[in-house]
Amino acid sequence: MATRKAGGYRNLTGYAFISPFLIGFFGLTVIPVAMTLYLSFTDYNMLRPPEWIGLEHYERMFTKDEKFWHSLRVTFFYTFTAVPLRLIVALAIAMLVAKIVRGAGFYRTVLYLPSIIGGSVAVAVMWRQLFGLEGAINTILKWLGLSGVSWLGDPKYAIWTLILLYGWQFGSSMLIFLAGLKNIPNDYYEAASVDGAGSVTMFFRITLPLLTPVILFNVVIQLINGFLAFTPAYVIFGDGRPLGATLMYVLYLFQNAFTFFDMGYASGMAWVLLVIVGLLTALIFKSSEYWVHYESKGDR
Amino acid sequence: MMRLRRIPVISHAILLALTVSMLYPVAWMVASSFKESSSVFVDAASLIPNQWNFDNYINGWKGVAGVTFTTFFKNTFLVVGISTIGSVLSSAVIAFGFSRIRFRGRNLWFVCMMLTMLLPYEIVMVPQYILFNQFGWINTYLPLIIPTFFGTPFFVFLMMQFIRSIPYDLDEAAEIDGCNKFTTFVRIILPLILPAMMTCVIFSFYWRWDDFLAPLLYLNKVSLYTVSLAIKMFSDPDNVTDWGALFAMSTLSLIPVCAAFFAFQRYIVEGIHTSGLKG
Repeated sequence: MATRKAGGYRNLTGYAFISPFLIGFFGLTVIPVAMTLYLSFTDYNMLRPPEWIGLEHYERMFTKDEKFWHSLRVTFFYTFTAVPLRLIVALAIAMLVAKIVRGAGFYRTVLYLPSIIGGSVAVAVMWRQLFGLEGAINTILKWLGLSGVSWLGDPKYAIWTLILLYGWQFGSSMLIFLAGLKNIPNDYYEAASVDGAGSVTMFFRITLPLLTPVILFNVVIQLINGFLAFTPAYVIFGDGRPLGATLMYVLYLFQNAFTFFDMGYASGMAWVLLVIVGLLTALIFKSSEYWVHYESKGDR
Repeated sequence: MMRLRRIPVISHAILLALTVSMLYPVAWMVASSFKESSSVFVDAASLIPNQWNFDNYINGWKGVAGVTFTTFFKNTFLVVGISTIGSVLSSAVIAFGFSRIRFRGRNLWFVCMMLTMLLPYEIVMVPQYILFNQFGWINTYLPLIIPTFFGTPFFVFLMMQFIRSIPYDLDEAAEIDGCNKFTTFVRIILPLILPAMMTCVIFSFYWRWDDFLAPLLYLNKVSLYTVSLAIKMFSDPDNVTDWGALFAMSTLSLIPVCAAFFAFQRYIVEGIHTSGLKG
């Protein structure tokens, strides 16, 4: 019938319009992901054809490669310090900006600026000089009567320069929180204040619960981003100096692939990364049942 | 009433202090780019150079290994320009397909697309490198440009949200007047989603401009370097002696991004509000 023909035509045009996506999806995602899996079971240095070695890479990774575990520890510490720091600051500042009327646009713009430029090499270079032995931060510390610290040379502090750089870019998360805060009806606060609630109670009983969907979204995105951090560590510290204190997981993966040309091992690391990120995301979504509040469901 | 009035003052004071300390690093870099190289670390924390000195810009512009920053900036604008056009246009086409045509398998493919948004690039980095290497694409801009022509999931999603707000009656009216899906897209939808496309252009511009990993992998010839790669090479501790020049070029490299941001920040804020993503 005519409708069937029309349906066929519709399918065809539909697929024609999304064909760029389909080509890219198979050519640049599905096939490469499958290749990564295959390569992780082989020994491959790009000069000779891949040689099947089964699980040897994974065995080495989990039982022998101390650096692999070290990079995991560094990355976990970085992610689970930097992300909460960034989100708490973002939320606190968003609440301040939401309260003021005049000049809110100014603060929004200026505080967002670090997020725009934060990922660039230029800022990483700037950060390295800022925290250098004779850099501006140490000079300011001396003014304040404190002794300077070897931010870049001391393994204890090195990772904190990266955490601070990440926290510095809280602006994008702040904007998302601001949008969420605007969606909370003012009536709720008025009703609460009539009932005698103080600002602390209002924060924990109204603001925080109603923001949980936005917080969930932010946590997922930022955790993934945090886990994948590469450019700042690479530009500021190069190969994970001092003493591997900044050897982020992706940096170590990169070294295996493009310094040692151990493509098979790097592919194995990529899959482990995928599993970790996938598990983390799944865990957060699973746990969200217990702490994320959806208004339509929660109204009683 | 008095109590209510005092809160904004405290808020303003905190925000102002915060803003100043957030912007201090950037201001410090700009100031250092005007200081004489030898004095960059003498009065390290100060924001006002003893005298304004443009030598750093002249020295820095000479670049590295005989290639000037004219080349690096030209390269970057070329790559950023083409890949931005590619990703925004292809994403618009895909977004129209997903939101205006009901074809079989639409939801499945849409879910696939959203999943690729969460997939880290590092997973496909190694095989993509091997493939592009086999194509002979090393030391060309193709690995940086071609992948953008297959749509960017974030942009597709953003434009779909936008298209959804356009009444479907418009499409139907166009079809009655003899438009097919393609002409409906080009004549009706495309002009209407220009603001959303603008948002995508800005995002694409500043992601591409900051892009470091892909140029690092695929460009080994200095004459092909993008600005970010050139600054990285310029800043390697073994090379650098001229700090002022490094700061000068770093400052210059941030200008296009900052200019685009201040000129079009409305679109960025809108993009964040409709999608809540990235940054």
